[in-house]
Amino acid sequence: MSLSRRAAVTGIGETVYAKSSEKSVLRLALEASLAAIHDAGLQPREIDGLIPYAGMGVVAEDLIVNLGLDGVRFSATTPLGGASPVAAVQCASAAVSSGLCRHVLIPVARNLATGGRISERLRQMPQFNTVAEFELPVGVFAPAQLYAPMARLHMEQYGTRPEHFAEIAISTRHNACLRGNAMMTAPLTLEDYLASRMIADPFRLHDCSLESSGAAAVIVSSVEGALDLRHPVITVLGTAEGHPDSPVSITQRKDLIEIGLDKAAPRAFAMAGVATHDIDVAEIYDCFTYVVLRQLEALGFCGRGEGGAFVASGAIRLEGRLPINTHGGLLSQAHMVGMNHIVELVRQLRGSAGPTQISGARVGLVTGYGDLGDGTVAILGRE
Amino acid sequence: MSELLQPQSQASVDSPPYWQGLRNHQLRLQRCPGCGTYRHYPRPLCPHCHCFEAEWVTVSGEAEVCSWTTLHHAFHPAFKALIPCVVVTATLREGVRLLAPFRGDSARLTRGLALRVGFEEISAELTLPMLLPA
Repeated sequence: MSLSRRAAVTGIGETVYAKSSEKSVLRLALEASLAAIHDAGLQPREIDGLIPYAGMGVVAEDLIVNLGLDGVRFSATTPLGGASPVAAVQCASAAVSSGLCRHVLIPVARNLATGGRISERLRQMPQFNTVAEFELPVGVFAPAQLYAPMARLHMEQYGTRPEHFAEIAISTRHNACLRGNAMMTAPLTLEDYLASRMIADPFRLHDCSLESSGAAAVIVSSVEGALDLRHPVITVLGTAEGHPDSPVSITQRKDLIEIGLDKAAPRAFAMAGVATHDIDVAEIYDCFTYVVLRQLEALGFCGRGEGGAFVASGAIRLEGRLPINTHGGLLSQAHMVGMNHIVELVRQLRGSAGPTQISGARVGLVTGYGDLGDGTVAILGRE
Repeated sequence: MSELLQPQSQASVDSPPYWQGLRNHQLRLQRCPGCGTYRHYPRPLCPHCHCFEAEWVTVSGEAEVCSWTTLHHAFHPAFKALIPCVVVTATLREGVRLLAPFRGDSARLTRGLALRVGFEEISAELTLPMLLPA
């Protein structure tokens, strides 16, 4: 039995995104959850499934007691770092299509004042135990430092250049400036990009995503449960998760360039029954510019090693053949662990994305990228 | 010396011979007595033949450059004194890798550059590997 076209994303919600917030992580999660429930046209009591983001310290029980949920029949977590929200969509799709429950609430919330900084996350996430023992003593533990050798090798093998990374940062910033509710509001030029300070060569400041406070949430419903709700039905056409070789240490990966999405993407396209040329818009997990470039290759929009030329062609701009990160992404809107990417894709497919709306978008794609290379992808469609 | 710089061996009962080897200025790797597969970083089970046993082998430290980065931002105050620092991902002759600071002319770094392993005593308890041009 395929999951394809059995589940739908029926509700979306977001708070204001900012560097800091006076509100607790729980409060933020509840605000985004209520927004998503109202957006769907549901009552809170109709939520019967919960997949809270594993890294935020808010558990299903917190949501039950605050939202007054007395009929929860399914709860889970999908602890894959930045691949978690899309993995949760996959998990929720399985739950609603099997009849375990009808409406799954998936919230993500962060508040930098009470945790979530990079140096703290290392200790909170068991998938980093190997890095913490063997690479932290060398001074390498932050994602920028862990991913830099992958990007360097890509540059050495394929001639990828800083200007290619810059194109991703610049086009994403352009979208954030148009869009609103983005932390970054000033345009970025190539000169700005090249002048920004090095963090871990080849990553400059503008290759790195933001640190943010706020919350975002979506609701995944059974297709039957979605039909009488408020919005056009945005169906999950295909979804997949993949793990690279050596998912606890990039250093030990036989092929340093490989990511989990290399395995997941063909499965998601096969499940959806669509091809890359059917994708009207894509929201690509952008913790770093390079990670976007590599995912575009893994998804099959270009061949391995061709990501630089692909983005240099203007393909990822709003008017290009594959507009990406139309909300400004983690690089320029906010780092909501990619839940903001799912929210944005649903907006695009509903036709409610405002100044960055891709005209006639009917099929779109969203990815997640977890810490040391775990990959998730969901292909959504308005049918 | 911050406690952050100490190995965070939270759960690993598999790695003490590795750290002890470094203190003796030896690079020691786990090898499966069943199928001969090296496994690094240390762990309890051979993924190829599912043998729980491991023998510890002292290796030559001959390696070559796979990739590298220069750290410019410390991310934690404990590492401020270390940067900027060139860190190399090196492929050992045995096929597994080492991530270690490069103590040579970084302008010469290129894929495949031959390396040898050296040792840096950080404290009485901790010695770390480093990499030098061969």
